[in-house]
Amino acid sequence: MSVLIFVDHSEGHIKKASFEALTYGAKIAEQTGTTAEALVLGTVSDDLAALGKYGVKKVHQVNNESLNHLDAQVYAKVIAEAATASGATVVVISHTQTGKAIAGRVAVRLKAGLVAGACALPDTSNGFVVKKTVFSGKAFANVSISSPVKVISLNPNSYTTIAGEGTAEVSQLSIAVDAPKVKVTAVNKVSGEIPLTEAEIVVSGGRGLKGPENWGILLDLAKELGAATACSRPVGDAHWRPHHEHVGQTGVQVAPNLYIAIGISGAIQHLAGVNRSKIIVVINKDPEAPFFKAADYGIVGDAFEVVPKLTEEIKKMKAK
Amino acid sequence: MKILVCVSKTPDTTSKIAFTDGNSKFDENGVQWIINPYDEWYSLVRAIELKEKDPATTVHLVTVGGADAEPIIRKALALGGDEAIRVNADGSDSYFIASQIAAIAKDGYDLVFTGKETIDYNGSSIGAMVAELLDVPYISLATKFELNGTTATVTREIEGGEEVAELALPAVVSCQKGVAEQRIPNMRGIMAARTKPLKVVEPAATDTLTSIVSFELPPAKAGVKLVSPDNVGELVRLLHEEAKAI
Ligand SMILES: Cc1cc2nc3c(=O)[nH]c(=O)nc-3n(C[C@H](O)[C@H](O)[C@H](O)COP(=O)(O)OP(=O)(O)OC[C@H]3O[C@@H](n4cnc5c(N)ncnc54)[C@H](O)[C@@H]3O)c2cc1C
Repeated sequence: MSVLIFVDHSEGHIKKASFEALTYGAKIAEQTGTTAEALVLGTVSDDLAALGKYGVKKVHQVNNESLNHLDAQVYAKVIAEAATASGATVVVISHTQTGKAIAGRVAVRLKAGLVAGACALPDTSNGFVVKKTVFSGKAFANVSISSPVKVISLNPNSYTTIAGEGTAEVSQLSIAVDAPKVKVTAVNKVSGEIPLTEAEIVVSGGRGLKGPENWGILLDLAKELGAATACSRPVGDAHWRPHHEHVGQTGVQVAPNLYIAIGISGAIQHLAGVNRSKIIVVINKDPEAPFFKAADYGIVGDAFEVVPKLTEEIKKMKAK
Repeated sequence: MKILVCVSKTPDTTSKIAFTDGNSKFDENGVQWIINPYDEWYSLVRAIELKEKDPATTVHLVTVGGADAEPIIRKALALGGDEAIRVNADGSDSYFIASQIAAIAKDGYDLVFTGKETIDYNGSSIGAMVAELLDVPYISLATKFELNGTTATVTREIEGGEEVAELALPAVVSCQKGVAEQRIPNMRGIMAARTKPLKVVEPAATDTLTSIVSFELPPAKAGVKLVSPDNVGELVRLLHEEAKAI
């Protein structure tokens, strides 16, 4: 029996969300007295034996170049076959763009109950109950899975990666890979940008910044902090910022360590997507802005004065 | 071309989230129901646009839900679409729901649209499951969808960017912002929706693999610590030393 963790990679490197999934899956294996095994599809340049640091004993690779592009149908078949071959009772996938394309398919193939968007370890004291976010982060549900095989997709940034010692045994799996039915004709990646859902720090701007020409102060702050940038919905709708930066109930849901909200009022739909952030800082000139009620730290003041000062102070702190 | 659009009923985005029966049920008291925004704004509108371009296209709506879902279905029909099917069953298990939709979709549909996710359960998994049950391709998180005969060209969100893919129908596609622009139903649409067929079918026999045991609300914040705008350095100190966030 095993816990099988699907490991995702991009440009040859394993993704941050996958390290979280590995740590999480290894912990479930420990909890249920089974072994943690990882599955890598396609070619990677990272050292796979080093995944042992996260608690997995074995790494299975299906080293087939056609798997470097995601075709959900092809992936699901390979993952389900690998799960069956390794006797997996739990399959862990990250709840990322890739994970969302495949978790449901894998669950159907394995006739496994799926908890999508898990945010904590399962409670195995009485059955198998997994906590997940619902109502776009406004609440949590504890979901019981009754099928013998279980699939969990883990929200990024909700389980802390722990790297220890250890090397995993790497082996090649020979599984027939179907020809993809989806032909990828173009890939447009903004390289060097931190994916919003994986970022430790997010700097976000709202209508209070008045216009796209004023985003410079926010970008400077983000750069100084190594943060990803986000925005409120009206900012995305007005095309001041690209729409994939729109966070909230009808946008991206994020849970970084630190979320800095600048000129955002804190409408209920905005809060829904960001209130799982560990620390929230609000900069708003209106002391009555609802966002202050959801914040840990705040400055009542004009963003155009406060934000450049904040960037300067961070520079100073780093110089120390 | 036969298109099936999945629609789901969700609480209005301003709803107070509370629970009853020992935190085991969502408290529906005073809740306004809406069509899940991703279904309404993007997948439904895109399906209607495809029908406007090619009148031979039929657009059917499907929902899995009780009779209380009917006002939402009528509202969706007011935007467009030829008829709706309600599978008379309640449930939160995605395998159960997807199996019901797949049972309907097997009936000769070329394209199944879902929203990116529902804003209540946020599973983002129904489309993938339906696709697997039908054994057809699935494109998740589409931001653009074009059709040329039975070949679809879809732009979808991937980590850190976008990807353009081409595929032959049948397929399942989950839609998000970019695919279409929200529309407001007009009087003619609302009148027409009243007489559009709304078929009620009983659920297909299938398994339920998960169930919700209980709900919880996130712990309340302790309260905001305010720092003077003339002392921004203090905020940096707090974030570094107290919160250990930078
Ligand atoms: C169905 C539905 C779904 C929605 N989904 C989302 C969602 O997913 N995400 C989302 O964000 N919104 C969403 N909304 C919109 C939401 O209700 C709010 O309208 C929106 O979040 C407001 O954006 P904002 O805070 O940028 O703008 P505003 O509400 O206009 O707030 C601007 C803020 O900036 C402050 N300000 C102005 N000038 C300055 C200055 N110089 N310095 C500092 N502060 C300043 C003001 O005091 C104010 O608080 C949704 C709405 C609906 C109906």
